[in-house]
Amino acid sequence: MEEKFARPEIRKPENIVYKRTDLLVDRPLSYCPGCGHGVVHRLLMEVIEEKDIVSKTIGISPVGCSVLAYDFLDVDMQGAAHGRAPALATAITRLWPDRYVFTYQGDGDLAAIGTAETIHACNRGENFTIIFINNGIYGMTGGQMAPTTLPGMRSSTSPYGRDVDIMGHPLKITELVANLPGTYYVTRQSVQTPGAVRKTKKALRKAFDNQDLNKGVSLVEVVSNCNSGWKMTPVQSNIWMEENMFPYYPLGDIKVEGTLVEK
Amino acid sequence: MGELRLMKGNEAIAEAAIRAGCDGYFGYPITPQSEVMEYLMAEKPYESTGMVVLQAESEVASINMLYGGAGTGKIVMTSSSSPGISLMQEGISYLAGTQLPALIVNIVRGGPGLGTIQPSQADYNQAVKGGGHGDYHMIVYAPASVQEMADFVATGFKAAFKYRTPVMILSDGAIGQMMEKVYLSDPVPRRTEEEIISQCPWATTGRPPTRDHNIITSLDLDPAGQERLNLVLQEKYRKIEENEVMYEEIECEDAEYIFTAFGLSARICQKAIELAREKGINVGLFRPITLFPFPKKEIRELGRKVKGIMVVEMNAGQMIEDVRLSVDSDIPIEHYGRFGGIIPTPDEIVNVLENKIIGD
Amino acid sequence: MAKMIGDIVIDIERCKGCEVCIAACPFEVIAMSEDVNSKGYRFATKVNDKCTGCTNCAIVCPDGVITVYRVKVAAE
Repeated sequence: MEEKFARPEIRKPENIVYKRTDLLVDRPLSYCPGCGHGVVHRLLMEVIEEKDIVSKTIGISPVGCSVLAYDFLDVDMQGAAHGRAPALATAITRLWPDRYVFTYQGDGDLAAIGTAETIHACNRGENFTIIFINNGIYGMTGGQMAPTTLPGMRSSTSPYGRDVDIMGHPLKITELVANLPGTYYVTRQSVQTPGAVRKTKKALRKAFDNQDLNKGVSLVEVVSNCNSGWKMTPVQSNIWMEENMFPYYPLGDIKVEGTLVEK
Repeated sequence: MGELRLMKGNEAIAEAAIRAGCDGYFGYPITPQSEVMEYLMAEKPYESTGMVVLQAESEVASINMLYGGAGTGKIVMTSSSSPGISLMQEGISYLAGTQLPALIVNIVRGGPGLGTIQPSQADYNQAVKGGGHGDYHMIVYAPASVQEMADFVATGFKAAFKYRTPVMILSDGAIGQMMEKVYLSDPVPRRTEEEIISQCPWATTGRPPTRDHNIITSLDLDPAGQERLNLVLQEKYRKIEENEVMYEEIECEDAEYIFTAFGLSARICQKAIELAREKGINVGLFRPITLFPFPKKEIRELGRKVKGIMVVEMNAGQMIEDVRLSVDSDIPIEHYGRFGGIIPTPDEIVNVLENKIIGD
Repeated sequence: MAKMIGDIVIDIERCKGCEVCIAACPFEVIAMSEDVNSKGYRFATKVNDKCTGCTNCAIVCPDGVITVYRVKVAAE
């Protein structure tokens, strides 16, 4: 196809200022158009590439939309049972103390079925990184209510909106684990704008750098969109997320270097 | 060389694991197996051999720690008792589906539900027929002495790696708690990381530039792919059935009748044999040591020579189904069982033999 | 003062037409195509020559389909 506004004269390898990292496997991602998972996958691989730790990295994928993360991330990976990723990561980081270990988990995986594994791994102060994608819904399973679904938010199992009197409250598990002595770095970020993406990448880098210190769990929550589950366009879903998710799940560092950040 | 010691069955398992070069134990306390982790924590192998010992927050967590550790090629084990093993079924199914080596010790207590803390053999079906979801088996060893508790640890690790499969030691609260003398073999060193990486090319140890990334998963959304995995597993189980059967025959040469029993029941049957022979009844014992693979062929042949088989189990009749499926001769095959932690006495067993089998 | 001239190359077969890049571009360089790719998605396409190579579009792209080039030239 002919490109109208191409500038072939500057398309030279030395002029590249951004390209997809080779640590993302060369195949289309399985995520819906506009889904934040793709951005986080890319940032994660950029951090591992920049730290040059591929041969020392072991990742754990969850159950949920990112169940196939191992098909896209070109590092050694093991698929966990639903919610159990922190248990796998605990054993791996203990058996291979010099490896960089991460779990990649959604809200249903980490904050519902895997709550016990999450809290106890955080409380033991295991030396690995948790990447927690919070989009307030079970995406893969078909849009059911998640532990993080907002009050009043519609899902296929809260079709009239989440009634907290009946269905309970959304769980701020990130704030919860920040209060445990075993967490070293806890932050909440997002990936809907260029600035937010840059901050998330810095957070991921910090989380992996923390593994060099062996001081406990680093947890990076990324509040993300699920435009399919929320039944919006990707751009609309990002705006909805800013207007509705961010007030309940405020962005920013919650715990840095083992100390809670004062608000 | 080696060493002779007086130990509880549970302690023998723990000591044997250290000596077998085990890399990691992940467990959760439950009666009557807690001595396994208690012994390990007291011995501190993390200071001597470097073996990791970790008390998890639940059996669900400990089996998934096992699953994670097994994925990296390390020699890992857990132990629990019946209710805990029920919780582990998810992880065991994943271990089988991803073809990972791991050792699971079940010191069985009576059920169902919370049941009792007394010994039982009611987890036979759960251990032998899969237990979790999907078509799979574990190799299941049934020790009948403290010595076998120790011996089957190294045997189990070896089989787990040979076939890349979860292996279970199915014992019970009596053998776990009782003390006997046990011969412990000399310790073997844990493998180095380099050895693990070269011996386990499938393991997720970190991708070097020289190979593709390793993926450990039991997920295949393509039905044809999932069927292929199942066929691979079935082929593996056939090989295990061909090569790994273990059993013991006691006084079977002149036997007219046979007791068939595993583990603790087999020990009681040995005393019952003495009593029966004093009464002039020629009875022997066939003891399956591996419950999967089940010694089908051997018991079939024995069935062709004797007048009747009595299956003695501390359950309502679980192994008897495998005995009946194996035996092709027209002889009475009867079950005698006690439940809820009650151990049958040799007298009871001989009485039942006389009334139910010989009296027929 | 130096001026930046940029260009983007879009892997149109991998583009899913989510339009997140359009919202991220400060110079309205990107719009959706009229055509669709083999998957049936309309794809991002460059519609003017105001690109400065700021990389905003590429870093928000969930599918990583945008490569960005940039050169510094002397101001006219």
